[in-house]
Amino acid sequence: MSADPKRWVAGHVASLPKSGIRDFFELVAKMKGQDVISLGVGEPDFVTPWHIREAAIYALEKGKTYYTSNLGMIELRRAISTYVTEHFGVNYRPEDEVIITVGVSEAIDLALRALCNPGDKVMYHQPCYVSYHPSITLVHGEAVAVPTYAKDQFALTAEALRAAWVHGCKILMLNLPCNPTGGTCNLEQLTKIAEFCREKDLLVMSDEIYSELTFEGSHTSIASLPGMAERTIFLHGFSKAFAMTGWRIGYACGPAALIDAMMKVHQYTMLCASIIAQEAALEALQRGWDSVCKMRDQYHRRRDLVVRRFNEIGLKCHAPRGSFYAFPDVTSSGLTEKNFAVGLLEKEKVAVVPGIAFGVNGTGHVRACFATSYEQLITACDRIDRFVQGQAR
Amino acid sequence: MNPVLKLLLEGGRLTTAQMALVVGLSEVEVQQHLEQLKKDKIFLGWRPVLDLSREAAAGAAVRAVIEVKVTPERGGGFNRLAERLARFDEVESCYLMSGGYDLLVIVDGSSLQKVAGFVSEKLSTLEGILSTSTHFMLRSYKEGGFLVEQAEAQSSRLNVAP
Repeated sequence: MSADPKRWVAGHVASLPKSGIRDFFELVAKMKGQDVISLGVGEPDFVTPWHIREAAIYALEKGKTYYTSNLGMIELRRAISTYVTEHFGVNYRPEDEVIITVGVSEAIDLALRALCNPGDKVMYHQPCYVSYHPSITLVHGEAVAVPTYAKDQFALTAEALRAAWVHGCKILMLNLPCNPTGGTCNLEQLTKIAEFCREKDLLVMSDEIYSELTFEGSHTSIASLPGMAERTIFLHGFSKAFAMTGWRIGYACGPAALIDAMMKVHQYTMLCASIIAQEAALEALQRGWDSVCKMRDQYHRRRDLVVRRFNEIGLKCHAPRGSFYAFPDVTSSGLTEKNFAVGLLEKEKVAVVPGIAFGVNGTGHVRACFATSYEQLITACDRIDRFVQGQAR
Repeated sequence: MNPVLKLLLEGGRLTTAQMALVVGLSEVEVQQHLEQLKKDKIFLGWRPVLDLSREAAAGAAVRAVIEVKVTPERGGGFNRLAERLARFDEVESCYLMSGGYDLLVIVDGSSLQKVAGFVSEKLSTLEGILSTSTHFMLRSYKEGGFLVEQAEAQSSRLNVAP
């Protein structure tokens, strides 16, 4: 038999485009050992605080190696419920309104699988996290992109939402603060979005993974606005704020009927999240807040450094109110974002991610993650400066 | 808070030029902040953190932790004696403590004899010292915030990630 094994691949998977990040990852991987400074990562440079790691080791020593409830450990769900009330002002019952997942990524997949019928339209703002569009495609939903713009510092506006809305839209996915733009919405903007959602009877999936890394003002969850908790799935996790990316622990909170639907999918596909990681997450919520604040302060100073340097270099860049990503406009260099990223990598050994990897509205921008040491950031900015000056000549 | 003090509290090892870039000031301004902190006796000085058990760094390989009981003075309390004691070069740190003794003194020396000599000839003969109890350090696991042996494994984080 010489027939192509690809014929076995399902049509909707075969037609999924490969992530633009993946291409770039391979390019960077080829330059291994060449003193590349990577601003291309999507995770904290901090190691998980020791007390959290130690709690996981202790759990292992005590023989905690079994399944947990499908929804996750009740102690962790209780701690999450308290945390979400204190930090986001929304109340969820730990018994049936909280589910622990394998990262927020799984929570997004569960929510889409549980709530989206084939053909349902799902709105999301763009540029956005790379998985949103494919996740919608995988459940046979129809993705409707809502553009965000540099002039609004990449905040989502109700006007853009209204302009993009088409009949049949059922779900709105939000990621505020946003990867890759660092854009977020103020209370006024968020209130208008909430009004629009109520008017059009949209269900909101709100991924607030970067909320603790808000530098100015406080973060507001759309779920906390009047009449929104009943139509919002609040998605959150431990990866960013607690520097726990590799533990893969996220959670979803929402109306019991919706969490129950997600639980159905979760119990047949994942069963439960790792108990060791759940124990670590519990420790993080109980005693990890000081570490979160310390890390946030450092990100804040790093953000100020890179944003100031980018603007000095002539790459227009807004100060992201949240997240650890700067999203400068590189068109002043005369290059497309892709040629800028490739040229910068080849000539100056600094890796950034071309904005197009996050959707067409990322054209002209690159994503630079500032979750790395001051020394590295200073050197990287100097190299970018040299690269841009070289283009001007 | 003084922006330079914030960076010092993080415990990094930036040069003044790097600090200037991070906080968005000129190098001269950073120097001025450092001078002010010194004047205010908040910033006392720089020093490297070394693993003294390594032969190459063995200039002060012996460390003793000494519990000292003293008679407090009328009018001066513990301060006069503690300040006097702290001036000896051999004394690395000196703290007034609550509990079963009064002063905790950390003494560094190049050999056991030198440290023992300092304790028996200088420290214990000072007027006002009632008793000393000397503990020699056997091994260091963490020094000034740095792990001595088990540093974190080299990171194998992905270079590019979503």
